[in-house]
Amino acid sequence: MTPVHKQPNYIGVFWWLLALTIIEIAVIYLPIARLLIGILLVGLALSKASLVAMYFMHLKFEARTLGLIAMTPLVLCVLLVFALLPDVSATPHRTTKPSQVSTSPH
Amino acid sequence: MSQVAAITTAVEPAESPLTPESWGKLGMWVFLAADAMSFGALLAGYGALRYGSTDWPLPSSVLGIGLTAFMTFLLISSSVTMVLALVAIQRGDLRGLRTFLSLTILGGLMFLGMQAYEWTHLIHRGLTLTGNPFGAALFGTTFFIITGFHGAHVTGGVIYLSCYLVRALLGRVTQANANAIEIAALYWHFVDLVWILVFTFVYLL
Repeated sequence: MTPVHKQPNYIGVFWWLLALTIIEIAVIYLPIARLLIGILLVGLALSKASLVAMYFMHLKFEARTLGLIAMTPLVLCVLLVFALLPDVSATPHRTTKPSQVSTSPH
Repeated sequence: MSQVAAITTAVEPAESPLTPESWGKLGMWVFLAADAMSFGALLAGYGALRYGSTDWPLPSSVLGIGLTAFMTFLLISSSVTMVLALVAIQRGDLRGLRTFLSLTILGGLMFLGMQAYEWTHLIHRGLTLTGNPFGAALFGTTFFIITGFHGAHVTGGVIYLSCYLVRALLGRVTQANANAIEIAALYWHFVDLVWILVFTFVYLL
């Protein structure tokens, strides 16, 4: 059995993944705002995940609908993050010193 | 031949609409989408707990980034050897399949060994499921649950690939079975993909 699509340059993808990983580690030591570091790290992680899905998992060469199936969890997880946002902002908690936990009524 | 048997042999199984190679490949993709939601829920829960906490420690100051960066390198390398194993069997090269499949399994075992070392080291430093000296107790809880869930997937992947390695060593895998190797490879790459996200969200962010 031979694949119907042209073989991607797997070693080239490997070098990209390695380079992006090194950049990720370098980013956490940059003297910039934590928010900016967070945005850069999420962008780099999603780029690496896309490379694995597109080339190693051959999603680039599959039917578009299969790609939509693969993207569904990402969409649902983004929705889940938004669904959890009220909990994040409404209940700040501290577990090291229970006496300092806010006792104000909700 | 009975009437039922005659009908069964006469009807061709319908072709999978999205993956003409096999239904198994489509099944694996649907399973991976469901599994991704498990990891997504864990990571979203982690984010909610972390950013709702006022004393969450900075992970990079507690966890060993150097070791886990090397573990990331190992998993990425094992994904390359896995895809090379698939290319080998698609060409009918059984020897290449055995070599690259063995290297992939070795990469997975080394990853698990390093994770065991990391966990042991962190537990000795006081990081447990219920508390730690660095800050929020849930830091340890979420760390062990997320990395443990991923480690269980790597263990499953090593067992899955080992079954095919045994079959390959017995000469029971041929070019005609390349689709089964592709399905196993999809699982292994997924484990690599999830680690890329876990490494970023749990260790670096």
